[in-house]
Amino acid sequence: MAVTYSSTRRGVAVLAGLLLLSLGSVATSQFEEQAEQFFRSGHTNNWAVLVCTSRFWFNYRHVANTLSVYRSVKRLGIPDSHIVLMLADDMACNPRNPKPATVFSHKNMELNVYGDDVEVDYRSYEVTVENFLRVLTGRIPPSTPRSKRLLSDDRSNILIYMTGHGGNGFLKFQDSEEITNIELADAFEQMWQKRRYNELLFIIDTCQGASMYERFYSPNIMALASSQVGEDSLSHQPDPAIGVHLMDRYTFYVLEFLEEINPASQTNMNDLFQVCPKSLCVSTPGHRTDLFQRDPKNVLITDFFGSVRKVEITTETISLQPDLGVLESRDKEDWMDEELIESLKYAEQLPVAQIIHQKPKLKDWHPPGGFILGLWALIIMVFFKTYGIKHMKFIF
Amino acid sequence: MAAAVRLAALVLLLRGPGGWGRAEPPRDSLREELVITPLPSGDVAATFQFRTRWDSELQREEVSHYRLFPKALGQLISKYSLRELHLSLTQGFWRTRYWGPPFLQAPSGAELWVWFQDTVTDVDTSWKELSNVLSGIFCASLNFIDSTNTVTPTASFKPLGLANDTDHHFLRYAVLPREVVCTENLTPWKKLLPCSSKAGLSMLLKAERLFHTSYHSQAVHIRPICRNARCTSISWELRQTLSVVFDAFVTGQGKKDWSLFRMFSRTLTEPCPLASESRVYVDITSYSQDNETLEMNPPPLSTYQDVILGTQRTYAVYDLFDTAVINSSRNLNLQLKWRRPPENGYIHYQPAQDRLQPHLLEMLIQLPASSVTKVSIQFERALLKWTEYTPDPNHGFYVSPSVLSALVPSMVAAKPVDWEESPLFSSLFPVSDSSSYFLRLYTEPLLVNLPTPDFSMPYNVICLTCTVVAVCYGSFYNLLTRTFHIEEPRTGGLAKRLANLIRRARGVPPL
Repeated sequence: MAVTYSSTRRGVAVLAGLLLLSLGSVATSQFEEQAEQFFRSGHTNNWAVLVCTSRFWFNYRHVANTLSVYRSVKRLGIPDSHIVLMLADDMACNPRNPKPATVFSHKNMELNVYGDDVEVDYRSYEVTVENFLRVLTGRIPPSTPRSKRLLSDDRSNILIYMTGHGGNGFLKFQDSEEITNIELADAFEQMWQKRRYNELLFIIDTCQGASMYERFYSPNIMALASSQVGEDSLSHQPDPAIGVHLMDRYTFYVLEFLEEINPASQTNMNDLFQVCPKSLCVSTPGHRTDLFQRDPKNVLITDFFGSVRKVEITTETISLQPDLGVLESRDKEDWMDEELIESLKYAEQLPVAQIIHQKPKLKDWHPPGGFILGLWALIIMVFFKTYGIKHMKFIF
Repeated sequence: MAAAVRLAALVLLLRGPGGWGRAEPPRDSLREELVITPLPSGDVAATFQFRTRWDSELQREEVSHYRLFPKALGQLISKYSLRELHLSLTQGFWRTRYWGPPFLQAPSGAELWVWFQDTVTDVDTSWKELSNVLSGIFCASLNFIDSTNTVTPTASFKPLGLANDTDHHFLRYAVLPREVVCTENLTPWKKLLPCSSKAGLSMLLKAERLFHTSYHSQAVHIRPICRNARCTSISWELRQTLSVVFDAFVTGQGKKDWSLFRMFSRTLTEPCPLASESRVYVDITSYSQDNETLEMNPPPLSTYQDVILGTQRTYAVYDLFDTAVINSSRNLNLQLKWRRPPENGYIHYQPAQDRLQPHLLEMLIQLPASSVTKVSIQFERALLKWTEYTPDPNHGFYVSPSVLSALVPSMVAAKPVDWEESPLFSSLFPVSDSSSYFLRLYTEPLLVNLPTPDFSMPYNVICLTCTVVAVCYGSFYNLLTRTFHIEEPRTGGLAKRLANLIRRARGVPPL
């Protein structure tokens, strides 16, 4: 605080300043701490977009990956209304699933990540590159229901998790199309321009996953991938009863890491970066933090995986109106009797006589279309060219 | 206090119908019901129905207070001016042949049919928007419903609720057969129930058991119904139904004993406090006669008889609001056990071995009176070697007739016969028991037309191959080994030619 005083009052001023400084330092440090606590990350709500892009039974592990992140995110507080879950195929009720309505992440059926309370927003054929980009950028057709929209604002922290089969610079959707890292980077830039996120955490578990975040250029994005370019991400353990690999290694260890997090824990991102060393994962997980403004060690896991709730505790009592119950409405009906004289009746389900005698609806007459018009024009032109107008009187 | 309330009510009434405003919310009531039907094949069908009736005219009043009727659906009705909505999501197929007729069947996949009010101007736009909204509510891909899979039936699908006129222009019907039903569809369906899955019959709705079934169908039906017997005003009825069929083999390990815990892995503890009625019905029609008896534990306190789907049926009723039903341990686990006389059946089967022995199947069956019993067996004929065929294989192959040896109860008791004294025709079979007589019957032999190999094939192949070889190889051989000479054409008149002919005939060299 550089303050200048006139020389005459310098002594008093300096003394006063020193006093203020000493008093203020105690107070400001307390407020600063509180303020810093409050505005640590600057977000007020959390969203999650979880995408599984693979179809077919042998890609069970990708659905299990996505569902385990969904489960952790729900457990740490993000409600279903703030999660957009996209699963490209149905594994739980697949006829090949020996235990229907379950998706397991650990062998011997230890943990059912599908649960009893799951809401899938985009499923089966709806998981396409177009729908994914529309969800991210918000350019959705107006009739889309709320549960399928990402209604984030500039104070939202968004977690985006993607898993499936990928390669150097692309991620495959349902074995029929791909999304490239450039498209993804551009989508994030659109989100930034529209102020659709405060901070974004992007996690990808595919082969050569690090290639997907190479091209990001928007600020406030932190990215994690399960393998570097040129490496494959491997699957974890098969279950002999179900017959497929249940999870991918990286997400398996991420799930185990997240199972120990609770909404109040102070674990930060540096711990997440260490989650799957090469000895366990075989591939080398990578991360990218250069676009992120805060230091990863100051970023809590719950900033992205949990949900911020600012709670105000009040001690005053609030009185609720007692429920008067429902008054007898029988008299009301007698009163209204005079309005509706004719009584209503149920329709006959199969009125044979009426059906037989109903006339089929006449199709509306449409003027002839272009082809028919053109054909007739050609015929008439040829006719007149052949016979000439002046010969018409011989014909007619 | 009561007098003051009554006065207030009277005052409200006198104000007239236009001034109801926020006077009181329209009444709504909930009834929940579970019907357990043991099926003839040994499986068990369970049908849940949750009916919320709301005495409100949504079209006329501005409603903002929702109690039992779910707000999501109430807002749909008013926004899209619906008259009726029927949505079902089904996995599996109801096998009428083995299970009998269903209460309410639904097609596999998703089915949505809607009647709009006649105030709707653009039905197709409302239909498209409605299917999008429903896809969000029920987590199903109903947004794939568009003009390519929507039809307007003209004769079927009349309104199931009150209807004054039925102009089919306001009806739309679509089916998505590829739609999968799983927990994500059950979750929002359960959340529409007033008691969610916390109390009452909805506590039994656990996804892990409900999807491990041969047939799973969940549906939502909304329609207007008569509010009272005079039918002068409308109430809205929301029925949520869930039908499942538990497979005796898969979940029952082959035994026919069922209990609520076995089926749902839960028992009932209390009725839904918001419901006015909460009952469990068990179909005991087929088990009150015959030798076979159905034992219900706990025994039912009342029964209900009615004509359902054309036949007289009896149901055991358990009313959850009746404190005697839920016992001292505060849970109700209905158990169904079959007690039947010991089956004296016998089956012996000896499979065939190729070229060694044939199939042998012997069964001892007790045939019920006035019934038809069909026994069928599928078999395959092994492929014969070409030398094993008869010279006339197109005639077919014979399967030996089956033998039926029966002990038929006789109307009149037979006297024991003396073999030497009585006529020969009465002593063909020895009679041991005078109440029945022995009979041996045979079925027709079976003549099966089997695909016959083409026996002329080897001959044709040899001919063709030899021709080809002769033409190709022979031509090459000729070209390579023969030498060609040029022959001088013979000149001469007609006489010389004739003479040469004669000389050639004689064997003499020509001129």
